[in-house]
Amino acid sequence: MPRYFTDEHEWIDVEGDTATVGITDYAQGQLGDIVFVELPRVGSEVARGKDAAVVESVKAASDVYAPITGEVTEANGALEDDPALVNSSPEDQGWFFKLTIANKSELDGLMDAAAYKSFCDSL
Amino acid sequence: MSAPNASGWKPGTLVSGGAGETLTSTGNRALMLEEPLIFEIGSTETTGVDFSPLPFRGGDGGGACSEIGDIPHPNPSPEGEGLANRLGGFARDAEFGLPGLSEPEAVRHYTRLSRQNYAIDLGLFPLGSCTMKHNPRLNEKVARMPGFADVHPLQPVDTVRGALEVINELAFWLIDLTGMHGVAMTPKAGAHGELCGILCIRAALEARGDAREVILVPESAHGTNPATAAFAGYRVEDIPATAEGRVDLEALEARLGPDVAAVMITNPNTCGLFERDMKAISDAVHAAGGFVYCDGANFNAIVGKVRPGDLGIDAMHINLHKTFSTPHGGGGPGSGPVVLSEALSPYGPLPYTARTKDGVVHLIEEESAEAFSNEHFGGKLASFGRMSAFHGQMGMFTRALTYILSHGADGLRQVAEDAVLNANYILRSLDDVLDAPFGASGPCMHEALFSDKGFAEGFSTLDLAKALIDEGFHPMTMYFPLVVHGAMLVEPTETESKQGLDQFIAALRTVAERARNGDETLKTAPHHAPRRRLDETLAARKPILAYEGSGAPPGKPQLSEQGGS
Amino acid sequence: MRYLPLTPDDRSAMLATIGAADIDALFADVPAEARLTGPIAGLPLHQSEMAVERHMRALSKKNLSAADAAFFCGAGAYRHHIPASVDHIIQRGEFLTAYTPYQPEIAQGTLQMLFEFQSQVARLYGCAVANASMYDGSTACWEAIAMAGRITRRKRAVVSGGLHPHYVETSKTMAKFMGDEIADALPTLSGTPDNAALVARIDHQTSCVVVQYPDILGRIPDLAEIAEAAHAKGALLIAVNTEPVALGAIESPGELGADIVVGEGQALGVGLQFGGPYLGLFAVRDPRHVRQMPGRLCGETVDADGKRGFVLTLSTREQHIRREKATSNICTNSGLCALAFSVHLTLLGEKGLRRLAAENHRLACLAADRLAEVPGVRVLNDIFFNEFTVLLGQDAREAVRTLTDKKVLAGVSLGRLYPAHGALHEGLVVAVTETTSENDIETLASALEEVLA
Repeated sequence: MPRYFTDEHEWIDVEGDTATVGITDYAQGQLGDIVFVELPRVGSEVARGKDAAVVESVKAASDVYAPITGEVTEANGALEDDPALVNSSPEDQGWFFKLTIANKSELDGLMDAAAYKSFCDSL
Repeated sequence: MSAPNASGWKPGTLVSGGAGETLTSTGNRALMLEEPLIFEIGSTETTGVDFSPLPFRGGDGGGACSEIGDIPHPNPSPEGEGLANRLGGFARDAEFGLPGLSEPEAVRHYTRLSRQNYAIDLGLFPLGSCTMKHNPRLNEKVARMPGFADVHPLQPVDTVRGALEVINELAFWLIDLTGMHGVAMTPKAGAHGELCGILCIRAALEARGDAREVILVPESAHGTNPATAAFAGYRVEDIPATAEGRVDLEALEARLGPDVAAVMITNPNTCGLFERDMKAISDAVHAAGGFVYCDGANFNAIVGKVRPGDLGIDAMHINLHKTFSTPHGGGGPGSGPVVLSEALSPYGPLPYTARTKDGVVHLIEEESAEAFSNEHFGGKLASFGRMSAFHGQMGMFTRALTYILSHGADGLRQVAEDAVLNANYILRSLDDVLDAPFGASGPCMHEALFSDKGFAEGFSTLDLAKALIDEGFHPMTMYFPLVVHGAMLVEPTETESKQGLDQFIAALRTVAERARNGDETLKTAPHHAPRRRLDETLAARKPILAYEGSGAPPGKPQLSEQGGS
Repeated sequence: MRYLPLTPDDRSAMLATIGAADIDALFADVPAEARLTGPIAGLPLHQSEMAVERHMRALSKKNLSAADAAFFCGAGAYRHHIPASVDHIIQRGEFLTAYTPYQPEIAQGTLQMLFEFQSQVARLYGCAVANASMYDGSTACWEAIAMAGRITRRKRAVVSGGLHPHYVETSKTMAKFMGDEIADALPTLSGTPDNAALVARIDHQTSCVVVQYPDILGRIPDLAEIAEAAHAKGALLIAVNTEPVALGAIESPGELGADIVVGEGQALGVGLQFGGPYLGLFAVRDPRHVRQMPGRLCGETVDADGKRGFVLTLSTREQHIRREKATSNICTNSGLCALAFSVHLTLLGEKGLRRLAAENHRLACLAADRLAEVPGVRVLNDIFFNEFTVLLGQDAREAVRTLTDKKVLAGVSLGRLYPAHGALHEGLVVAVTETTSENDIETLASALEEVLA
């Protein structure tokens, strides 16, 4: 299952026609203690580069952009009860939402793990 | 037990084995007294208010009301004639769970709580942009005069001429001090005033059939500016700043166009600098058909020295608590009158007051708006509407006018000069130990801006601020403006004596040195406050926003059942 | 100048430290042509404390204060007796001269008070969570409508004819700029509010139904029935209360099914003050709606030693963080008024509040009965708490003005509130509280008898 990364510090796992989206370990480290995640409604359409979710720490609210265009099929309800999952398990249990992949070619411009690591190292 | 309080200790809990060197059995430390919640010490059966025994009219039940708390029979004549009450089927039986305290308990409860607060009455309160100045007690006395405190907003106007004259006299001062044309008095706080100003701009633009879409706001602006612009239906774009911390006039001119409704500029700006190009900015905006909104949060620096009207401003709110010393009250109430240019004045909100040539101050509400406009303004007034019930913050108007009359035109000018002098004194007394990012941009106005540059690795503005608490001072504004990393915005105001400033400077020098040297004890400061650093993450992850202990009405969903809501 | 501590010597010494020749050097960035060279012409110079007090007292005396009249004004602002200790406590400098509690370690007094206030308001309103207050009832009402829009993603608010017309106008002003629709109505002069007509206006585009309880004419609408109808269409019920003392006698809006309860808290602790500052109350029944709430919130937490403490929380909703995405542009509450409210309610407690409400109702019933005996007067209300409407058979504005000559402030005429609607002009809204004596009632009744004769 290939995992892609964006320069907005999101990861997406692709499985067939659906993808799972979350924020990276680097991103959660920058944001600090996460206190709330506002997730998109199931069934809503998100467009690449547009707001899809909001992640909040005590003093900041950051938009999470949709890495690709698609329809949201599932949101991670566990984050409602325990937003700290984004800190403790950002790239696994702390996933944000799943969506259908409207256009596979949108994946082409994204980074793989190695490219993302060197991108972070350059920051 | 409330979930976040894992240790279970709360005020009122005895600590067994206490009374050691630092522990006491009560948790109190001499004059620092811990205090439980009213829900933990009060009861629904206790009351601190007496009611005189009252005879019933007629009937034989005379003497005291039957059961205290019952709805007494208004007409407790023999059955058949008496009406139980006139509440229909809505009379209440169930308990609320509202605790009461006797008067001595209540006075002690709130007095103990008060002593856990820092306040201007205790010492220097250098919150940049917030202007914490002395609150004269004459203002409080005047606001409590029965003719101001005990009049109803909807009494016939002939019975409230004095109140209307207060509003009008204050309006006259605000107009003269700012060199503007009119003033809207009803906004209830600075942000409400901002909204009023932007709505005037929108109304003026719509009246010429050209509402436009964009409001330009500098990145250094107060967060209310973009929030207000968005609230009024505008898209917000940034105005770039120059390296010296002022609006980039050239970049602004390049962006102006037929889609720009207004620019919102704070002057003096949030970096503590006067916008030298203000007049040129206004001229450029006007040439492009837009309006200039000035955030007047910092008017206290220039009152009596320069008039915004002379710089081409179209609208500016004045936080009466900042410039004119109405008390902050632990977070309001505020008051935010908006002065308006001739172009915007016709669109101000209802109600308003106006003095006619015969000296009579009129109250213009919906009832009389059209007739009054026709009679006195050639029918040109086109208010955008009402922003709140009644006539604005009268209790703040009396205080502000009292302050203004006390100072007079000469004293207000001295206020601005002393405020600016005090800020520059702080800036130049500390710029060798604290980085002053715009120190080379010329004198500051009423506030001095520093950054965390030069602190040891891992030490932040927050650490320095919390150490100041231990030194007996309220911290300065932190992390604002956003354009400066680790910003510290220090506003001493004119209230401080030189001696007081020198002590503050000495304290700030000490903590700055400790931050530069990486003193680990800063990280755990404050050590001597009523509380150590509080866990804000916990508060936000599992919000407990109301007391949930005993007495909460049954059957209502509790926050703890909702998880991370 | 008594408020300015710097001496001329201090100023010189400080200028020397700064390296400025004179004070004008510090204003060098102000363009010379705009700089004022002396006190603004035409404005008076500074005055002694005594002189200012004398001037202000003279202005104060031009007003007829409620204590000097037989007083019956209400319609959104109520005169109640305020215990002396309330005013003492709010004048303590540590409350009066503190800032918003952004440094919680040295602001636990304000924060704990706000937590207690929020808890009191929530219980009074029958809700789960209340915020730390808003500007006033009218702005809280609009904020509730905006919040209902965010939750339901609908834009049409159905407003009952019983909502205070200033609240309606305030909401319409805001709605106009936000692209919302306020579907309002006039009150009908009937003994009970026309719930059926209100319910008929609710549809699947309705974000919320806004109902005042008790309403502008003093009538008590059946909230439970409206809540059911609103919820059936996916709309929220917003209940607006302008007289919190009423809730000591009648069921709370939250218990009756209101989703958002807002109101004016002035009646407890704050005083009339010619209309402001007042105290906006705001609460929600379902805690899941908290994140859509406007305004400051205080929450419980612990400090580094594990001691209970309080902080402002969930501030990411607010303007200073969300900027243009904030839930509201509000950045202040009505802190000192919230304190006054909270102290007054703590002094009353449940027992005192019920007793106070009972006393208000008792006197209001006496007044209604006495006024009903005045020839030409008809009492409109079937049911009421401490305020009711009488119909005078002529424009009540004229009667109200005439009665002021007799030092009777007879109430608020519907002509003042609804100038454009002649059919309502014979109405007079009469409020009666514990401060009203039976003599006052007799004074009003006999004065009305003369005026209407």
